[in-house]
Order: sequence, then structure tokens, then C-alpha cells
Amino acid sequence: MVKLITTQNLSQPDDFYAELLENHNDLSTEDSHALNARLVLLLCNHIGDHEVLQQALAAARQSGGHSDLPSTASRQ
Amino acid sequence: MNASLRDRYDLAFTLYPYARSSDQDSASPVRHPVVIVGGGPVGLAAALDLGRMGVPVVVLDDHEGVGAGSRAICFAKRTLEICQRMEAAKPMLDKGIVWNIGKVFHDAGLLYEFNLLPEDGHRFPAFINLQQPYFEKFLYDAIRTEQAKGAPIQIRGKNRVDAMSTEADHSLLDISTPDGGYQIKADWIIACDGAGSPIRSMLGLDFEGRVFQDNFLIADVRMTAPFPTERWFWFEPHFKSGDSALLHKQPDDIWRIDFQLGWEIDREKELCPKNVRARVDAMLGPDIDYELVWTSIYTFQCRRMAKFRHENVIFAGDSAHQVSPFGARGANSGIQDVDNLCWKLKMVLDGSAPERLLDSYHTERAHGADENILNSTRSTDFITPKSDISKLFRNAVLSLSADHAFARPLVNSGRLSVPCVYDGSQLNTADALPDAPMRARPGAPCPDAPLGDGFVLDRLSKGFSLLGINTQIASDEPLHSISVTSKSAPDIAVRYLGDAQTGVYLIRPDQHVAGRWPTYDAQSISRALAMATAQEARDG
Repeated sequence: MVKLITTQNLSQPDDFYAELLENHNDLSTEDSHALNARLVLLLCNHIGDHEVLQQALAAARQSGGHSDLPSTASRQ
Repeated sequence: MNASLRDRYDLAFTLYPYARSSDQDSASPVRHPVVIVGGGPVGLAAALDLGRMGVPVVVLDDHEGVGAGSRAICFAKRTLEICQRMEAAKPMLDKGIVWNIGKVFHDAGLLYEFNLLPEDGHRFPAFINLQQPYFEKFLYDAIRTEQAKGAPIQIRGKNRVDAMSTEADHSLLDISTPDGGYQIKADWIIACDGAGSPIRSMLGLDFEGRVFQDNFLIADVRMTAPFPTERWFWFEPHFKSGDSALLHKQPDDIWRIDFQLGWEIDREKELCPKNVRARVDAMLGPDIDYELVWTSIYTFQCRRMAKFRHENVIFAGDSAHQVSPFGARGANSGIQDVDNLCWKLKMVLDGSAPERLLDSYHTERAHGADENILNSTRSTDFITPKSDISKLFRNAVLSLSADHAFARPLVNSGRLSVPCVYDGSQLNTADALPDAPMRARPGAPCPDAPLGDGFVLDRLSKGFSLLGINTQIASDEPLHSISVTSKSAPDIAVRYLGDAQTGVYLIRPDQHVAGRWPTYDAQSISRALAMATAQEARDG
């Protein structure tokens, strides 16, 4: 199984973070959410591997304190 | 006329007006092997299939023909193949409209188009559009043809089942007619009485699932318009006639138009012709003349019964399972129910298979229903986002899909019905020809392919068949056998052999593959046949 990379992997972490925020600067909250949704979809497609995506979803939930799986997660 | 037997809907065709049956004058209830409740597409198909096998059937319908309104309009290739097996498909294909191209729009822009790109060498296209009343009428015409040849099919119009009680080995039905009530006994009942199934209610059975809070307006219009024969679907259309809209052609210059209206609406107001026309005008533009033919507002649910067979009562079609209409999975799955059920019931009635064969009807078709419910629920979640965040992602997919190919497979305006593969069915024999294509694996419906002047599906028998490719089948083999070679039938070789050199297929009466092997072996065949007819418990 390919493992989700959760150690340092960004080549320019400070630059990336600044650019991420800059891209939201001129947007309303609603438009920012929409941008994030498009970004998530683009990146997920780039990753492609379904198991890695499942690990990423689980890791994102866990860090938000939502460690239990959603009720539909077992559905294939 | 008995007031309580007033029509619940208008008829498109009056086909079987009430006629007094001798059962009504019998001193004691007459007993029938099979009674079908409901004369819709599923009930008629079941009557036709069983009648053709010589099983006496009585169809009880509380109307005298086919209901008006186009309703189901997309009939899939597998449905047409099943109807062809019952010699009913030709008029459907002649009348129906073949389409391959679908276009998906968001606002005013074309997001992408798809082509069903049917493979050559099949008798039927991927889909035809045909109004449901025609589909039912053609099934009825096929029944008339079979009746003339002696098939024991009776259809009783204005016969409504009001009560049912179960005795040791049969059911007793109370029936209302314009002449008053009478009773009959039935060894088996097939309930094809629709999503609101009265039979299901009489038995107090469950029908669990999800309700979707949305209303869709159907407006069938007649027009001679320059639109191509394509399926056009809009998300958030620029003409603002609904949250989504659909335009699809039917025969007789009729076009199906669908508008998504949302949940909180005033039905009566929305159905008023002036308001329907305002929405259609906005969509078609000011220069198109049309006539409103049929309008209706529907909501929908995705749900199914926990069990499709309850002793001697078997549920088929919408009475057993209901899906949202996106994907043409309603009527098409009902016809697959019939295809699956009738040969099994015939074998059980003949005593050539044990009753537990009928349990596989539930296993296989509940699997099909779950597949349909999963797909149509996903389509519905995309078309009718149930939360702000699901709408956010939906619209993110839509805006990405105009520029990027990767997002297009995520766009879901309905995943069109494909035939169900009975993977994991207790009737299947483990695949002994794994190099051959997956599409012809045990449980799959046989892929059609040209053979001689016709097609391979035409050459299968009413019972089980064997298909041998590049290998000998013993001349004393009792099953109906077809032998071909890669040379005589190259498309069969491609679809059934793939990388394998030789192959033998055991094919069920419903044209699904029961098992496959590299070469003929009488013992393997007879073991697989026993398995496929529930005569033997599954190994392991």
C-alpha cells in the first residue's frame, strides 16, 4: 500500500503558504471556499491513488478531532 | 359501474376491457398456478415470458389498458434483448428513437459531450427512447400473438385485488369487478403492482430507503424543432427555468423536458399550463411553436424491500424497489426482474428444481436493486445537493470540468443503466476461464455478437445452452449446443475468448453465464447445471 506522506515534503514551505493565502486575499469567504474546493479536487486527481486519498481524508478528520469515521465510509 | 372501481388515471390505449370470467360464476374459488397482480410493463412482461413457456397465468389489472403519459422513456439494450427473446422487440426498435450523444451544460456553457459509442455487431443500440405506453402496448401485442398460438395467458381488466389471505399452499384473493366481487386461489402470486404496491401493504411489509426533497416538473411537448437527437442536460441553466433541466427526444415529435423545481413549491400553481409554458418558453426561446402534451410533477425515493420473495408471493419491478429516474434504472430493472424470475418459477412449477431456486431471485435481483439505488442516489446527490458543502463541491466539479478532462467523470447527470452482473450469486460456478474477458464472466449477461445471418443471442434455447468456441462438445450432450470457431464467428471469439484459445460456456435461460471452462467436460457441466438450478449446495 502506498502511504500518505505526512513528513516534510514541500520544497518551499514558506513560499507555498504565502501563495496559498495570497490567492485568497481578494476573495469573499464564499469564493474562498469555492477556490478551496477546486484546489482539493485538482490535487486529489493529481494524487490519484484511492488508498492515499482515503488516508488523507482520515488524517484530515483526525486532526480536526473527528476521529470517528463518517457513517457512509464503509460503503464501497 | 362500481364507483370504487373508477379509473385512477387516464388510459393511452384501452386494451382489455372488462369481460366476465367463468371464474366469477364458479361455486368455489378456481385455483390458478400463477396470478400476476398489475398490468404495467413488468406484469405484462412476466405474463408474456411465462405464457410462452406454457405456464398458465392470470393477470389482474384494475384498469382496462395502458396508462397515459410518457413516464419511462429510455429503454436499454439489455431490455431490448430480453424483449427480443420474447419476440416483442421489433416494433419497439422500429418505433423508438436511437440516440448516442449526450451534452452537459452549466449555465450557458457546454461543459462536455459524451458518446455512448456502441460497439458494432450487436442487434440493439445502447438505448432507445420510447414512451412507456408504446412499450406496454408492444408487450401486449406480443401477448395477443402468443394467445393466438395457444399460450395460456388471461388478462382481466377492471379486476382489483382487495384482500389476500394465505393458506397452507396457496393464497386466496378477493377481487372486485364492475359485476361485484369473486375469489380465486393462486399457488404463486407475482406482485407487479407498482411503487405503492397494495399487495405489499396487505402483507404489512417494509419498504425502506431515502426520500429526496425535490420536485421535478415533466413537460412533454410536441414540436418540429431543429434540436438534434441528443440528451441535453443543464445544471443551473441560464434560462432559469429550474435548478437543472433536461431535453430529450421521443417518437412522434415529442420532446421530454424536465425542470428541477426545488422542495417548497405549490404543485397546483406549477402545473397550471401558463406557468409551465413560461418555463418552456424561457428554455426554447421565443420562436419555437410547441404544444403541451403531458405534464406531471414527481418526487422520488430510493428504497427497496428487505426480501423480494415472501413464501408464495414474489415482488417484481417498482413494488420491490424504487429508484430516482436519473439513469433509466426503473422500468429497465423491472424487465430484468422478469427475465430472472420466470425461468426459475417455471422449473419450480415443473418440479425440475427445488423451491429454493426462487431464493436466488431475491439474491440476484436485490444485488441489482442495490446497484441501481447506489448509482441513482449518487446521481441525485449531485443533481440535488443536500447541503451547502455538497453544492460547493458540485459546483467546483462543474467549473473545473469545462477546462479539465479529469473533472468530467465526476459530473453526474445520471449513470445510465448497464445490465446487472450477478457476481457472487450462489448459482454461479467459479470461473475456470480467467483469461477470457471479464464482461462474459459467470453471472454476466451474454454479450451479443453476429453469428451467421443473425446474432448469437437468437441461437440460445429456452432452457440452458452450451456455447463452444474452437473446441468440441460431445455429440451425446443433452443440452442445446452451439459450436463456433474464431474463423466462423470472429466477434464471438473476441467477446468470449479474449486471450484464451478455447472455451465452453454454460448459459442460463435468461442468457446469463452460469459457468465457463477451457474445454468440454460432461461432469463439470452437469455439476454447474445442478448449481445453477439450486439442486446442489455450493461447495465451500
